[in-house]
Amino acid sequence: MAKLQSTLPNMLLALTIICVGAGAILAGVNILTAEPIAASKAEALQNAIKEVTPPFDNNPTAEAWKAVTSDGDSLTIYPARQDGNMVGVAVESNTKKGFSGEIRVIVGFDNDGNIINYNVLQHSETPGLGSKMEEWFRTDKNRQSIIGRSLASGNLTVASDGGDVDAITASTISSRAFLDAINRAYSAYQGTDASTGATSPN
Amino acid sequence: MSNIKILLNGIIKENPVFVLLLGMCPTLGTTSSAINGLSMGLATMFVLVCSNVVISALKSLIPDQVRIPAFIVVIATFVTVVQMCMEAYVPALYASLGLFIPLIVVNCIVLGRAEAFAAKNRIVPSIADGIGIGLGFTLALALLGATRELLGTGRLFGLTLMPEEYGSLIFVLAPGAFIALGYLIALVNKLR
Repeated sequence: MAKLQSTLPNMLLALTIICVGAGAILAGVNILTAEPIAASKAEALQNAIKEVTPPFDNNPTAEAWKAVTSDGDSLTIYPARQDGNMVGVAVESNTKKGFSGEIRVIVGFDNDGNIINYNVLQHSETPGLGSKMEEWFRTDKNRQSIIGRSLASGNLTVASDGGDVDAITASTISSRAFLDAINRAYSAYQGTDASTGATSPN
Repeated sequence: MSNIKILLNGIIKENPVFVLLLGMCPTLGTTSSAINGLSMGLATMFVLVCSNVVISALKSLIPDQVRIPAFIVVIATFVTVVQMCMEAYVPALYASLGLFIPLIVVNCIVLGRAEAFAAKNRIVPSIADGIGIGLGFTLALALLGATRELLGTGRLFGLTLMPEEYGSLIFVLAPGAFIALGYLIALVNKLR
């Protein structure tokens, strides 16, 4: 078949047909994958909540609510209940103070406001330095673990800022940012009555 | 040129990374570990083969003056398909590679092969070319990723081969990518 000449109608026609075909393929794939994508995202969130709260038998994502932090932002809180009793909460928090980009963490508090566990959902800190935060702050060594700590007496800060948490070696900025996210999570959680989880759900 | 020859040509003689020095952005960006490099290479190969087939089939329908936009639309379609499938079925991989997948669209290897090969050849040789160049790219990325992972963290595909203290962090970071790539290019050109 001879090659189509580059006349205006030919060019318009060729591009239109190709774009329509591409659009149709993408629409089809989108329909096929939309459900698995949503399911895998929900599962990832559910697993993250499980990791940072005591065992629960409710559906935290269905009962989630937004709570306002002291700096006016709002964070999502997922309550964990066992037999209808509140056993803890998972707070999805974030900070923009990282070394590069946003850091998102999920952190669990028990009813007394002690940190149960945390999980870094997303970060783009330097690999091998700031990225150590995924394990560093739960490693029981010197004063670097934040597990079991209570924020009731004040925010957590790194040792070089006069606090009592050892920062990651050579990554003070990432450490500061991480603790900022934890502190924000607590300040959102504080606005909640810890025993019942009663607050104005919006 | 037989199809086998075309295929081997892409892997060794015209290896896109070590010889043609194309697609440096994903090469340096995604090879912080062997598995990342390998996955990125396979994703690119899939796009390359599909776009080569479609462009080769449509070549006489695409007027010369609009061939580049037409190629880009075809390539972008397949990249988006890969991205959506990856997000749906291998979310863990998507989490580490997600940022770089859309960049396959502007990977000059894919557009380069569409322009230089698929637009001038029939479908079967185009498939061979796509597989060959794709394998060459995958091999190069996996090799670079393995080198950086081993020297940087002492691991290979996540398996610990030597204590992490012996690793040098620089190889996981950007400068290490350039250093490792430089030495690999030298080595490949010596052996070739």
